[in-house]
Amino acid sequence: MNQFSLNFDRENYHEKPKNDIFADAITRTQQPIVTGTSVLAFKYKDGIMLAADTLASYGSLARFTNIQRLYPVGDFTIIAASGDISDFQYVQHLLDTVMVEEYYTNDGHVLRTQNIYEYLSRVMYGRRSRFNPLWNSYVVGGYNDGEKFLGYVDLLGTTYQSSTIATGFGGYLAQPILRKAVEGREDTLTETEAIEIMNSCMKVLYYRDARSFNKFQRAKITAEGVEISGPYKAETQWDFAEGLRGYGP
Amino acid sequence: MFRNQYDNDISTWSPQGRIHQIEYALEAVKQGSAAVGLRSNTHAILLALKRSSGELASYQKKLIRIDDHLGVAIAGLTSDARVLSNFMRTEAMKSKMIFDRPLPIFRIVSAIGDKAQVNTQNYGRRPYGVGLLVAGYDETGPHLYECAPSGNFFEYYAMSIGARSQSAKTYLEKYYESFAEASLDELVRHGLNALRDTLQQDKELSTLNCSIGIVGADQKFQIVEGEALQAYLSLLDTGAQEDQGQAPMETED
Repeated sequence: MNQFSLNFDRENYHEKPKNDIFADAITRTQQPIVTGTSVLAFKYKDGIMLAADTLASYGSLARFTNIQRLYPVGDFTIIAASGDISDFQYVQHLLDTVMVEEYYTNDGHVLRTQNIYEYLSRVMYGRRSRFNPLWNSYVVGGYNDGEKFLGYVDLLGTTYQSSTIATGFGGYLAQPILRKAVEGREDTLTETEAIEIMNSCMKVLYYRDARSFNKFQRAKITAEGVEISGPYKAETQWDFAEGLRGYGP
Repeated sequence: MFRNQYDNDISTWSPQGRIHQIEYALEAVKQGSAAVGLRSNTHAILLALKRSSGELASYQKKLIRIDDHLGVAIAGLTSDARVLSNFMRTEAMKSKMIFDRPLPIFRIVSAIGDKAQVNTQNYGRRPYGVGLLVAGYDETGPHLYECAPSGNFFEYYAMSIGARSQSAKTYLEKYYESFAEASLDELVRHGLNALRDTLQQDKELSTLNCSIGIVGADQKFQIVEGEALQAYLSLLDTGAQEDQGQAPMETED
């Protein structure tokens, strides 16, 4: 990726080009700057499990290696983001504000995962409708009154709910594995099995996604509430690389 | 000569520590016909006495549905009530749209309270001239609130506002302890009894001058009016039932 490259190919790029009718046009966000890669999430017996690595890349540079991309909202909801990290921080602030208002109203009502998801998707669709999108894909997971919730919303305001969700590169690499492992077993998969599935998917992502990082966090939301693990690694095996020469097989 | 110097506008205190314009607004509520509200563990209901300005006129609407889980009864300036109910409907829609959740009753009532209060603090404004009974059902159960032009709002087991509402209050105070466990029919009967107490000497409740709003755990807010009322009016004590009922029910076969 060529960061901030819009003008690099022009000499005197601070001067306006002649005869360009778009020269005075306003441009909003055209690309994300500091980015997080895939987020994985699926339903299992006790609730929802999510995972994301801790890397925030600046283009292809692994710029920040200890950024948490799983964020608890209230007692039974987690949102996880891929895409622009500063937009994610803005959304965290937004949701904090909403939760504080909800708390001090003090009338016995709480925002469930479904409500937070609806709010977030309205924010995302609202922003894209003003041609100023928040450059993220979000996964919203939660567990309320025995009911599991797992939803997706992205910078276009597209939403869907599913028993497995993978954003970004994970949509190609991990989603097929997750579907095979999880679909039809949402109410029987044990926590141990779920962790096993999650770890193997994160390992695949680390092997094949050049913007990923072998340091990730796992979260679960169950009847007990929210739990986010500390960062940990997947066991990897690079011996085969010794014999590699050039690009061919 | 002895004109009250302290009641010209909303932003002037009297030396007794009162704001007369607010108190006049409170009086406007008492000019409107009565409305009664009651709450059980499962339902909140509203009952109101409708007035017509004459033989040739229809009866003025007293109950307004805001949303599937929420409705109001009004007493006072109807036009102010329409402004407020319009606001409430907008807020209810916003809650559905933004959070996919029916608007919590306390939220809308406190929003009304805030709106009413602003009108009592700024020069050049006037308070609303309408009192509201708000009945609704949300995640925390059935609720009944009263909203006054002063910006005050309170939650009640049972309440009445409007003309001669003190008589209804007296009835409600006597029986309110039984409301929590009461069935819907019992609750309506108590409501009608309370409402009847606000009537003038020679008047009776009928399918024309009365309306009932019901909301509950598995019941969307519904206004019962006209012929459908007869079933409920029949719940009233038999003595009273003989006096009314026949006359408005008579039809030519």
